[in-house]
Order: sequence, then C-alpha cells, then structure tokens
Amino acid sequence: MRSLGNWRLILSILVVLLCGVLLYPSFQYHYQLTDAQRRSTADPKINAIRDKAIHLGLDLQGGIHLVMEVDASKLAKAEAADAVDRAIEVIRNRIDQFGVAEPVIQKETGNRIVVQLPGLTDPDRAKGLIGQTALLEFKIVRTPQETQAALERADNFLRQHPLPNTPASKDSMSASRPLTSLISGAEAGGAFFTQDQLPKVYAMMAAMEKDSTALPFDTQLLWGEENQSSNGRTGRWIYAVKKDAEMNGSIISTASSRVGLDATNPTGWGVEVKMTPDGGNLFSSVTGRYEKRQMAIVLDNRVKSAPVIHERIRGGVAQITGSFGIEEAKDLSIVLRAGALPAPVRIVEERSVGPTLGSDSIKKGFLAALVGAALVALFMVIYYQLSGAIAIMAMILNVVLLLAAMPLLHATLTLPGIAGIVLTIGVSVDANVLIFERIREELRAKKTVSAAVVAGYNRAWLTILDAHVTAFLAAACLFAFGTGPIKGFAVTFSVGLLANLFTAVFLTRYIFDAMTARRRLESISI
Amino acid sequence: MLQIFQNTNFDFMGRRRMAYIFSALMILLSTVSLFINHPPGYVFGPRFGIDFTGGLMMQVRFDQPAAMDKVRGALDDAGLKGAEIQSVAGNNDIMIRFQEPEGAGDPFPRISAALGKDFPGNKVTLMRQENVGPKIGKELAGKAMNAIFGALGMILLYIALRYEWKFALGAVLALAHDVYITLGFLSLFHKEFTLTVMAALMTIAGYSNNDTIVVFDRIRERAKVLKRDSMIKVINLSVNETLSRTIITSLTVTLSVLALYLFGGEVIHDFAFAMLVGVVFGTYSSVYVASALALDISLSRMKESPAPVSHKKASARG
Repeated sequence: MRSLGNWRLILSILVVLLCGVLLYPSFQYHYQLTDAQRRSTADPKINAIRDKAIHLGLDLQGGIHLVMEVDASKLAKAEAADAVDRAIEVIRNRIDQFGVAEPVIQKETGNRIVVQLPGLTDPDRAKGLIGQTALLEFKIVRTPQETQAALERADNFLRQHPLPNTPASKDSMSASRPLTSLISGAEAGGAFFTQDQLPKVYAMMAAMEKDSTALPFDTQLLWGEENQSSNGRTGRWIYAVKKDAEMNGSIISTASSRVGLDATNPTGWGVEVKMTPDGGNLFSSVTGRYEKRQMAIVLDNRVKSAPVIHERIRGGVAQITGSFGIEEAKDLSIVLRAGALPAPVRIVEERSVGPTLGSDSIKKGFLAALVGAALVALFMVIYYQLSGAIAIMAMILNVVLLLAAMPLLHATLTLPGIAGIVLTIGVSVDANVLIFERIREELRAKKTVSAAVVAGYNRAWLTILDAHVTAFLAAACLFAFGTGPIKGFAVTFSVGLLANLFTAVFLTRYIFDAMTARRRLESISI
Repeated sequence: MLQIFQNTNFDFMGRRRMAYIFSALMILLSTVSLFINHPPGYVFGPRFGIDFTGGLMMQVRFDQPAAMDKVRGALDDAGLKGAEIQSVAGNNDIMIRFQEPEGAGDPFPRISAALGKDFPGNKVTLMRQENVGPKIGKELAGKAMNAIFGALGMILLYIALRYEWKFALGAVLALAHDVYITLGFLSLFHKEFTLTVMAALMTIAGYSNNDTIVVFDRIRERAKVLKRDSMIKVINLSVNETLSRTIITSLTVTLSVLALYLFGGEVIHDFAFAMLVGVVFGTYSSVYVASALALDISLSRMKESPAPVSHKKASARG
C-alpha cells in the first residue's frame, strides 16, 4: 500500500510539472509579449512560442472567417477540375503578400474554400483583397462613330424588347431612343449617365446582357467607376469597347502602388505595372497599332481608366489610375502581382469579429469563470468542509489540466470554449459530491472511516464513469457537427470530462488514502 | 455536518401522476409558444437566428449614444429599408439584421460608410458582422438535427447496453422532455435559436443524464437486495436515498452556469439561459420523469410476464 501510494504521489507531481511546462509558452505569449510582437511573423523565437501557446479563436482575438464558393460554371471541364486548387494558390499568395500571422486556407467540399484571418480588423478590405477576381484586361475603346452605332443598335433592341414594369413613355423621344435619350453627355469615348438615371440603365444593361443580338457581336458595353463627375453632375460612364481583349494580366511581371501617376491628379494614387519582356513587346506592338485611339484598362469588367495612346509605348511599363485610395492602390498592386483567380468566387458565409468585442469576451468569460469557481468553492467548503476543500483543489487542477491539454491537441480556445470551462468547473465537483455522499452513507451505516472511504470510492466509480460517458457522447456529436466556436466548446467540455476522471477520482482518492493510512481516524471532515 | 434532505421519505412514485400532469402542461406551454412565436415561413418552431435561416447581422459600438431614428436614416441611405435595428444593453451597441438586398453586392461597406457619414464626431466601431448564405444556413440546420438525434440515439444505445432497455427508454424520453421544454422556454422568452444555443441543448442532453444514472444505479443496487418488495417501493427508496446528491450536483452546476449568465457577456447570454432552464428541468426529470417512465414501462411489461427485474451486474453501486 505504501509503495503504491508513493507511485501515485510521484505521478501526480509529474502531471502538475508537465502542466507547468505546457502552459509556460501560453503565459509568455499572452501576457509577456506586446501586441506588435504577437502580430509579427518574422521572429522565429516568437513563432516557436506561438506554436506552443493556447490558440485563441477568432471570436476572442478578433478576425475574419470566410467561406467562399468558386463559381466554375463558366469554365471548360478541364479547367474546372482544378479551379479550386488554383484559386487557393492565388488566395494564399495574396494573403502572404498582405502579411497575416497564422492564416488558415482550407479546401472544403462543394467547391468551397475556408479562409481565416486572425487579427485583421477591417473585414471589408480583406474581402476586397481575397474576393476580387482581379482579371486585368486591356481593351480598345470603340471610335465615336462605332460607339454611336452600337448605342443605336441598343436603342433598337430595347424598343423591340421593352422592359417589363415600366409604364409606356409619353415622351416620344424616350420611346424611340430608350437608352440614348438618357445620356447626359458624351466625351472621352464614353457616354455619361447621371445618378438618377442609373437604376433604369442598370435594368436595360441587364436585359441586353441576356441577348447576344442586342449589340454588335464584337462590341461590349462596360461600366466605368461609380460616383464620377461630368460638368458638375455625379454619375457613371459607359464605354463601348472591342469585346476581345488585346492583352490580359499575364503580361505583368510586377506591380506597385504609386502616387501622382496621373498628371491631372497629382495627389491621387495609382498602380504602376511592369511587364515581362514578352509582355512588353506585345504592349509595344498593340500601342503602335492603335496610336491616337483610347485603350480601356479593365479590371473585373469595370473600366478603371481609358487613356488615349499618344504614341507607341516601349519599355513595358503601364499605369492604372482612377479613383484609388492609398489602401486600394496597395491592395490592387498585391492582387495584380499574385495573379487573377481562375474563376469568380462568391462569399457564402462571413463571420467577422472586431478586436474590441474579442477582448470584451475574454474579460467577461474570465470573470464568469472566476465567479463560478468562487461560488462552487464556497458551497463545497461550507457543505463538505475539509473534503470540500480537497474537491476544490481537484477542480482547480482539472481546469489547469484542461488548459495545458489545449496546445497539445492544437485546439482553439473560443468563447463557447470558455463557457465549456465554466461548465467544467460546475460539473467537476459532481464526481466528488457522489463519492462524498456515498462515504457519508457508509459512515451512517457505522463503518470505520477508512472502510467508508474505500467503499465510497469503489461504489461511486462506475456511476461516475457512466455519467461521464453519456456527457462525452453528446460532446462528441457536437464536435462532429460543430463549426469553429462550437467545436471549441465541444473540445473544452470533453477534455474537461476526461481530466475530471483523473483529478476528481484518482487524485482525491490518493489524498484520502494518505489521510486514512497515516493514523487510525476516528472521524473525517466530510 | 451540514446536511439537506436526510432520511427523506417522499412518495415520489405514488404521486407520479401529478408529475406527468405538470410535464404535460410544460410541454403544452412549450408547444403553444413554438406555434405563436414561430419563425417566418413556418407555422411552428423556435425563432431561428441567421445561423439557420441565412441573412446578415452587424453590431457596431458608438462612442456616444446614437438616436435610433438617425441610425434608421443612415440605413435607408445605404439602401436597407427593411433592416431590423435593436440596441444591445450597455456600451451604446446597436445590432442590425437584414436579408441580403438582391444583386447589390456586399452591403457591409455601404453601411459602414453611411454610418460614418451620418454620425460625424461619434466614433463607430465595428464589433462583429456575420453573413450566412441561405444554402449554408440550411446545411447548418440539417447538421444540427443530425447532431441532436445522433446524440440522443447514442445515449439511448449506451444506457441500453449498461442497463435495461426500459431504463434507457425512460432516460432518453426524459432527455427529450428536458430539451423540448428548454426549447419552449427559449421561444417563450423570445430568444433566438443560434448555433451557440444549439450547443447548450446538446450539453443538456449529455448532462441531465448524470442525475438519472445515479438514480438508476441505486435502483439496480436496491432491487437486488429488496427482491420481495414492489418496484414502486424500490424506486421510491432509491430516489429518496439519492435525493441529496441529485440536488447538490445540480446546484454546483447551476452556480457556475448562473455566473456565466450574469457575467459572461451578451454573446454567451442565451447559451447560459438555455443551460439554466435545462439544468432545472433536468434535475426535476431525473427525480420524476425518468424513473416514473421506467416504472410504468416495466409495470406494463410485468402484466404480460410476471418475471422479476433482471440484473446485469452483480456488484453494488451508488
């Protein structure tokens, strides 16, 4: 008995020491490092600590969780097969260039990609960065005469196919020229529509898109950017361009954001594109062929700018200007360098948490855990006295074990995970309550203290095991089903249950055995 | 030595009809509430959150209190006329919910821009924004169903393996009773049914069994010794003997869940609410419903065959 007791003591001490070793990196990472250090990915020492520290979920540290679906419907079969993999490659490239610590990029079933970006505070910017197709095309703008002809053909089409739900116009001009009558100005190769006309024009454009005969077969109408101005009025340009692109983003070797690329807007941001040698040659020959014409720089089917080619451009450098902010210009240079997505992606699920809510949640979760533990401890000590104190010690060790297991299992601590820990605090003393009540019963049946302890543990053991298994089964189902935060709950709750068997049964048993073995106890504080 | 419920001798099983009536009333109340507070598009069910219906949600914090009608105005500017606005207790937080306006692209940047423009000098901080596509919502709802029924099925199987099937049936019916009434209370108090609440229901399914198992173990132990006594007497004795531990184990969990409810913050509030309701009804059903059902199931079986209760394990347990 004595040697067995020592064996259990040594094991218990080892477990506590192991917990200390496992938890030290978490202490270093979450309490000793500054915010900037935590964000940096450059220092290998910090990376090593981060690897071993408890990983906080996006709901606690703030960040962005996105599920995207790749729309491969318009791709050829061979291309569609690996579209998701190529999209992942491109997205990873973009995120790497943007610089995010510990991003998660995973392929899921159903052409889906899961992206998690911890610590990012601006979800809208991040979505723009990874969600945009970034298909860059150079297209020749139709001459004014060709544009005129294309728009008239559109008028014809719209006259024959009037939009549903629009009252027949009394005004003969808008009846005969549905589209062109809305134009408020035409210059620089485009047609300008003021803001109040836009909803009508959007509907017309949508109708024309469905029918290939609406426009000349080799011509396409493309929108310019939103909120432009012409003669003091706000609106948007439409450009008629040659459908086939002269060149696309594959001619680019590198891109960088710059200020003052556009002489008419010296403080505006833009992106300068440097081309590959082949790309530069192609660019030179195209600009040579279309001297004095306008070339539209089209990004994801939207005309960014349509400068006039004054003369043949050699040297393989082009500028993309337009209404860019500094961040937009920087992000565009990133996506151009990383390449275009093979197909458009659609965001089907987004869960973004700001850092304020994250740190709020940590504070409140921590407070709830402390108050919960204090209430349970108070009750146990009042009701079971010394034995209650032993159970409380086991409960504290239970939580410590649970936390130490987190980095070992590469599990993530989420807010529901903290709820799981608080619940563990309440549940962990249950096993001890069952044992203590049984011991009290045996004592009432006039057994000696040591016999009562032995009987109490032995008889309560299988009950405790059954109760733990059923709770564990529910947690396992939750784990199998759960997404992010819920999985975090399932992990802490089930690990808590397992740790509980060690602390509440094995460890307290050792303490009771040690107490009853030393001297013949007449009574026990229970 | 502090002691509650020492040597009690309540006639639980004799009054089980009262418990059945009480449970039936609670189930009726839940059902009525689930009918009245049904989700849009259904006649019956909990008020599903966007996790299951799909939709968008955004929570922002203002530095100074913001007038609701001004927020409404900003949302109108952003083209979201049908949005639902709700203020969150403390900290000038406002929650906005809406369905995706068709074909208008990502609406979040527009809301941020409109709020920034309409509230100059009142800093607006993004707390969280969620967008769940309708397809994803359906998938999550399907998975949630699988998880709940999967858990109930596995628990049924396990208890049937460890005990007799009538006990297992009693236990699982009691579980379903707890989960259903919790669902009813969530509906009654206009709580949203989200993924987190769903986790609470699963936890109730796993946890409320603990007390039941303690009672069942005692019934098995006593039935072996008191072979000549009636099932009713054995169960009554067992429930009484285990009453104090049933109450105490529930009490410790209630204490910790109460701390979560009071201090855990808004994100976890509904989870804690569901757990509180679940633990209270779980305790009641362990004492009354599970054993009473097991009793009635065995009684109806005994009429057919008068064989005494069989015992799989010989060892005494408690």
